[in-house]
Amino acid sequence: MASAVAVVVATLLISFVLFFVAPRDPVGAVCGAKCPPERAAEIAASLHLDDPVPSQFGQYAWGIVAGRTITSGGTTVECAVPCLGYSYKLGQPVTALIADAAPVTFSIVLGAALVYLVVGVANGVVAARRRGSALDRLTVGGTLVLSSVPYFVVALVFALYVAGRVLPPSQYTSPLASPLGWASGLLAAWITLGLVNAAAYTRYSRASMIEALGEDFVRTARGKGISERRVVYRHALRAALGPVTTIFGIDLAAQLTGAIFTERIFGLPGLGTLTLNAFAQNDMPVIMGSVLVGAVLLVTLNLAVDLMYTVLDPRVRLG
Amino acid sequence: MTLSATSHRARPQVPAVPGEPLLALRDVRMHFPAAGGTRAAPRTVKAVDGVSLTLHAGQTLGLVGESGCGKSTTARLIARLLEPTGGQILYRGVDIAHLSTRKLRPYRREIQLIFQDPVSSLNPRHTVGTIIGTALRTHRIVPPHREVARVQELLEIVGLDPDHHGRYPHEFSGGQRQRIGIARALAVRPKVIVADEPVSALDVSIQAQVMNLLEKLRREFGIAFVFIAHDLGVVRQFCDRVAVMYLGKVVESGSRDALYGTPMHPYAQALLSAAPNLATTRGAPPRARIRLVGDVPSPVDPPTGCRFRTRCWRAEDRCATTEPTLTPTAAGLNTACHFPERLDPSWLEVA
Amino acid sequence: MSYETSAHDEPYLVVRDLRVSFPTAAGPVEAVRGLSYSVPLGRTLAIVGESGSGKSVSSLAVMGLHDPRRTRVGGSVTLGGQEIVGAPESALRRVRGARAAMIFQDPLSALHPYFTVGDQIAEAYRAHHRVGRGPARARAAELLDRVGIPRPRARLDEYPHQFSGGMRQRVMIAMALANDPKLLIADEPTTALDVTVQAQILDLIGDLQQEFGSAVVFITHDLGVVSEVADDVLVMYAGRAVEYGTADQVLARPLHPYAWGLLESIPALTGDPVPLRPIPGLPPRLTDLPGGCAFHPRCGQRERVLHGRCASEAPDLAPRSSEQGRLSRCHLSHPELIFVQEILPRLP
Repeated sequence: MASAVAVVVATLLISFVLFFVAPRDPVGAVCGAKCPPERAAEIAASLHLDDPVPSQFGQYAWGIVAGRTITSGGTTVECAVPCLGYSYKLGQPVTALIADAAPVTFSIVLGAALVYLVVGVANGVVAARRRGSALDRLTVGGTLVLSSVPYFVVALVFALYVAGRVLPPSQYTSPLASPLGWASGLLAAWITLGLVNAAAYTRYSRASMIEALGEDFVRTARGKGISERRVVYRHALRAALGPVTTIFGIDLAAQLTGAIFTERIFGLPGLGTLTLNAFAQNDMPVIMGSVLVGAVLLVTLNLAVDLMYTVLDPRVRLG
Repeated sequence: MTLSATSHRARPQVPAVPGEPLLALRDVRMHFPAAGGTRAAPRTVKAVDGVSLTLHAGQTLGLVGESGCGKSTTARLIARLLEPTGGQILYRGVDIAHLSTRKLRPYRREIQLIFQDPVSSLNPRHTVGTIIGTALRTHRIVPPHREVARVQELLEIVGLDPDHHGRYPHEFSGGQRQRIGIARALAVRPKVIVADEPVSALDVSIQAQVMNLLEKLRREFGIAFVFIAHDLGVVRQFCDRVAVMYLGKVVESGSRDALYGTPMHPYAQALLSAAPNLATTRGAPPRARIRLVGDVPSPVDPPTGCRFRTRCWRAEDRCATTEPTLTPTAAGLNTACHFPERLDPSWLEVA
Repeated sequence: MSYETSAHDEPYLVVRDLRVSFPTAAGPVEAVRGLSYSVPLGRTLAIVGESGSGKSVSSLAVMGLHDPRRTRVGGSVTLGGQEIVGAPESALRRVRGARAAMIFQDPLSALHPYFTVGDQIAEAYRAHHRVGRGPARARAAELLDRVGIPRPRARLDEYPHQFSGGMRQRVMIAMALANDPKLLIADEPTTALDVTVQAQILDLIGDLQQEFGSAVVFITHDLGVVSEVADDVLVMYAGRAVEYGTADQVLARPLHPYAWGLLESIPALTGDPVPLRPIPGLPPRLTDLPGGCAFHPRCGQRERVLHGRCASEAPDLAPRSSEQGRLSRCHLSHPELIFVQEILPRLP
């Protein structure tokens, strides 16, 4: 837990340092390229750009926990907790931008995760049970083909030829406004991201399941005379899920912070799109904010995986 | 074929105190940090907790006891794969307990270790020739041009085909792999071999072959052995002297015949009585039947006084307060017990 | 209908010409090559052999626990008159855990690490009894108590790793006993245990057999353990039985040179230590069995048999002594004499 906090603080520091080493022109961002010098000085002062670096970092960090007031050329913005700064390019607090984009990314990634977990694990279990059969070989071969095609190619094919034709066109609607609209607008993205990952998860769960089916305790379970279904799903699958859960935690974190292709290709305004645009426009507050949110997500998910593991495996819980 | 038959560089001199035994452990302790402790009150696993042993040149000392008694840790301490947290390990009178890796090097040659699992102790990517050759080269035992010949000699000594030096460990059976491990240990002409359960993983017929090989090495090369096994028969077959360990301590030690014939410590008696003896099927008299109750207590928090008292049928109040020390109890026998006593063979069920 | 009464005086477990083979990279391997034995209720048969002798493979086939896709099983196994070989999975399921149960060598890996021992025992009971969780749990506690686990109710909710090695094996035994099986197969149940714990477990298995009168097949490599538990002994070598008789007969006066070799390989705990006389060489590879008697390349007696028959002709498992019911697979004409005159004096 302490190490998790340390990771977040370290990321905060690193992103802040990045901000200072990166080529930047915050004053220009506010008042344009042909800014009169006296106006520039005024802006620099209001942005506290003349303050020593540690003091600026202190203000930034304090803003996250307590909020702060940002003045910029006469206008004053009340930046509420957690204040991640203010995007002069977009004229909005970073927190608000991220709060708008995050649900989009979460919707895409979690929906896709449901697809690939269900499809991948189910396929893996079936293939493992019939290891060596034609079905198994077909499954393994299929996953290899699907994994060797670059992801953006699959995504482009889906976005261009499937979404809007076979499936409803891609768009984001808040699930609170219209649950059906939300689901139908994201369906194409879910299936694309889900299918490609399902290939990998089929292989993970197949390998994990083959190992589990060979365990002594599975033989013991068979020796009790319970149904083969129960042997496979209660005894073997339970043991096989451990390694899959670990990979899932890592994958989920990576996807939440890196669903850029999917968002971009399907035109969905999520965190990836936000960050990518921020880079294109050198919008440092947004970049820093996304990096920080990404770090927090990663750390949280890692903790969640550890927690999951203790639920799954009693030996970890007590040992 | 003997070890001295081949020419080799002068052996690096290991200092020796005249009159001292080849190897002696003095109150050696190995406490590993355990989970759940704090800096102020650290918890430790007392794997070895005050063990004293002596081994003379050419002798064989057996260590017996059950899982968690500390016999394997003791083996690793003697071979200095572990640095003890207390006590002295004297090799020819010189304390090697805390020597640096560099200063230990000559001793590494003197004291070799053989493991239970020959598979995991041999690098699967190296040929047998390379495995044994590396040992020869590390300690500069023979000049490079003699290396292959020496490897072949060693393979022959341990009963393998000398022409198989180009093969890989997986091409050999379990027993043969144990022979490779023995050849590697033998390569550096050790004075002491610490054998940790060297035959436990082998089938009975192969086990006897390896036992006879070790016996041959002891006889022909005068190598002293510290021999660790859970099989009491195997230890009896091979060792002159035997020490019985329980929860990190030696509870009884002495000559083979005294220990197996008239053990005085209740744990040694229970251990011997629990081991099936085939000789009884051929008319040997049946022995007392002792069945211990419960499990061995945790080495993190061992019982006060005598560690065996929680499972001992002779325990009295004194056993909880005063720890017994090893004292002579019979001819050739030292026992750590307040109430040492011979077992009446007519006892059928105790404890 | 009841299978138990349908067989007229036939032993509970009858194995006839059991053959087990599976494909390997080096070609198909026959791990069990025509094994026959029987065990009546109330008796313990010890099957002794070294690794690769086929002793474990054959017992898995008796339970129908081999991998059906990879393994081919031939011959016949009947339990109380019911044929096991070739029986549909649904029929096997009604037998497994109910009339026949199995205990394995390493209780830590044989118990599921993620479920409490109470769950695992209750599951075994509910697999064959239509009862709810409550009664199944009560049954589990009763079983734990029966196998000598202190505070059984409290320990129901613990996981296998919280038990010591000996206690874990008791849990395995409790699970096997859940449905009062008529046949108990114990595959090296004490090999992973310390000697004092081994003694406890052997006593427990013996007590339980006395109490329930079941047939027990005890698989082990350890002749010492055999002397403690067995009524009858079957010695296996290279997938076949080479010797059969009562424990007293086989341990005190074995007929087969392989059994002699085993006895001469085992150090004794009493008497003057004598040199071990190991069997030379290595057990044969199942992919590359020698012709004639599979043991002949390692056998010290083969010169005694005329015309090189040991290398050319496989001996039958047949009576070769005056004692009734004793079987040996060897060409020697007077094995008893050789044992008494030559082998016995060399034993400790």
